[in-house]
Amino acid sequence: MSQFLIRRLILLIPVLFGITFVTFALARVLPGDVCYALLGEKATEVQCNAFREREGLNDPIMVQFARYLGDIAQGNFGESLRDSRPVMQIILERLPMTLEVTIGAMLFSITFGILLGVISATRRNSAVDVGTMMGANVGVSMPVFWLGLMLAYFFAIVLKGTPFWIPPSGRLSSGITIPPLAETFNIQDLSGLWGMIVTFASHTVTFNALITGNFEVLRDALWHLILPCVAVGTIPLSIIARMTRSSLLEVLGLDYIRTARAKGLREKEVIFRHAMRNALLPIVTVIGLSVGSLMGGAVLTETVFALPGVGTQLVSAILSRDYAVVQAFTVIIALIFVFVNLIVDFSYVFLDPRIRMQ
Amino acid sequence: MSTSVASIQLEPLTTIASRSPLQNALRRFSRHRSAQVGMFILGFLVFIAIFAPALAPYDPIKPLRDVKRRTPPCIHLLGCPADQPQHFFGIDGNQRDMLSRIIYGSRLSLEIGVATVTFAIVTGVLLGAVAGYAGGWTDNIIMRIMDVLLAFPSLLLSIAIVAVLGPGLINALLAISFVSIPVYARIVRASVLQVKEQDFVSASRALGSSPIGILISHVLPNALTPLIVQATLGIASAILDAAALSFLGLGAAPPTPEWGLMLGEERSSVFNAPHLVFIPGIAIMLTVLAFNLLGDGLRDALDPRLQHIS
Repeated sequence: MSQFLIRRLILLIPVLFGITFVTFALARVLPGDVCYALLGEKATEVQCNAFREREGLNDPIMVQFARYLGDIAQGNFGESLRDSRPVMQIILERLPMTLEVTIGAMLFSITFGILLGVISATRRNSAVDVGTMMGANVGVSMPVFWLGLMLAYFFAIVLKGTPFWIPPSGRLSSGITIPPLAETFNIQDLSGLWGMIVTFASHTVTFNALITGNFEVLRDALWHLILPCVAVGTIPLSIIARMTRSSLLEVLGLDYIRTARAKGLREKEVIFRHAMRNALLPIVTVIGLSVGSLMGGAVLTETVFALPGVGTQLVSAILSRDYAVVQAFTVIIALIFVFVNLIVDFSYVFLDPRIRMQ
Repeated sequence: MSTSVASIQLEPLTTIASRSPLQNALRRFSRHRSAQVGMFILGFLVFIAIFAPALAPYDPIKPLRDVKRRTPPCIHLLGCPADQPQHFFGIDGNQRDMLSRIIYGSRLSLEIGVATVTFAIVTGVLLGAVAGYAGGWTDNIIMRIMDVLLAFPSLLLSIAIVAVLGPGLINALLAISFVSIPVYARIVRASVLQVKEQDFVSASRALGSSPIGILISHVLPNALTPLIVQATLGIASAILDAAALSFLGLGAAPPTPEWGLMLGEERSSVFNAPHLVFIPGIAIMLTVLAFNLLGDGLRDALDPRLQHIS
């Protein structure tokens, strides 16, 4: 088992190397001079020379790449051209929102995806099955930003005045704020890794509200998360439901399931204790892969629901040619995606004893 | 000992008309429910796209005179006063007829889907074939690069590439095709590896066929099934991604009648003119749905082993 884990970790090295190289290269293949791209069109030749010297742009490309890797390892992503402050600071403020939406959407899609998939598989060709599979087909075909807008319209306008009204935008209702954790717990020193963790946790509003016992804010934050999470989670939900159904149908046709039924087990036990264990592997794989579409979806829906996350910042950074920010966000999101899939691979070890034995 | 042969009743021999694998596949495809629905929607879209100039009642780009912005749909049959001009999908924020824009948008969407996937397939097939044939370091380098591209969430990598190339429809399409190359390269490489060592390929090589000849006559036919299925599903996701980039303002530029852009331009008016957001979204969804259903149908028709599952 440890061999499998070690081999998987070693395989990770070239991928991490590649990801950082691609993002590094992205900023180097910018059309025109990097200096003008990063400092803006108005930079003078003197400013440019000083900039090149300071940033080491005159060094050989491999030296530059090595330095870039070193900087990333220390959490240094350079400075935002537009905001003139460290990109790391922007990441710590913006990433929590995107992760909250991603995780919420993931919980929604896994819960309902598996549930609908199991119902479809066990009641094959029933109305529920046909409905779920048709819904799944439509679900994977919907543009996530459109679904977001439609949900916002339905819940905020059509259901206005009913108890089912849900706010269509923003992170918290106006008038509701939450103090940063540093203030609540009177933390003075916000430098270094500890400071980063505190800033990150502080901007994760649900977490902040939970540990400070601020349940009014927690309720409001969760309420604002419902629509974005449903919008982002619908495509993965459809994929998970389809995969659960087909994977479970395949397992339900096997001999050991007949044996389990023959010895008189209740259907619930047959499905959840016997069949699901074997059906779970492809489902977990699909869940891991859909994290990519979840994060892409989160980036898209943020612009719809006016949420202060990575997506809104990324788009405005692209339009204002703030490459340091684009580069940093790309690398961070790719790293998260890779690590989630690493966790998925590790989970195989627990789900499938055959991999443990190898 | 005598056996009466006459007492044995022989069943009359019947011959079943033999069908080629292609005929079988076509038969399965034409009976597949989702393939039928997919074909129907796609046929409808292609019809609209081809005859757009004849079908569209107004110019998709020029603003109309004497109409109010964001007027809801006016259909005479549904009670709209007869003295008002008919606008089935209403008027957009720039006084243009939505129906005409949606009709012209179908051209663009189909072109986007087909163009990006064609580019990705051609590049992917070449890279996959080279990797599979050459083996060794060449294979390793090409496939590791493909792995790295797959390690990024696809939409985000496209966004990052557009950031470098600059916003615009052509750049967005390049980014989307570039991101989808690895899938095709993998399919073709796997197929090359499978076929490479087989006797008929060795024989063909001994007879003097060039690697490109072998690729065309032996390897590609072998990879055709997964390539066709992947291409159909790939068109669906390319249309979705292109719409997403245009929605964010990184793809098509106004006044192009691109569905994603139309949605993006009118997103803030969703609360007072919902039709301007609802209709382009439905158009995108139907197109993507058609390709998805078609892809499912093709997979089941071309690969009967998977049939019992779906």
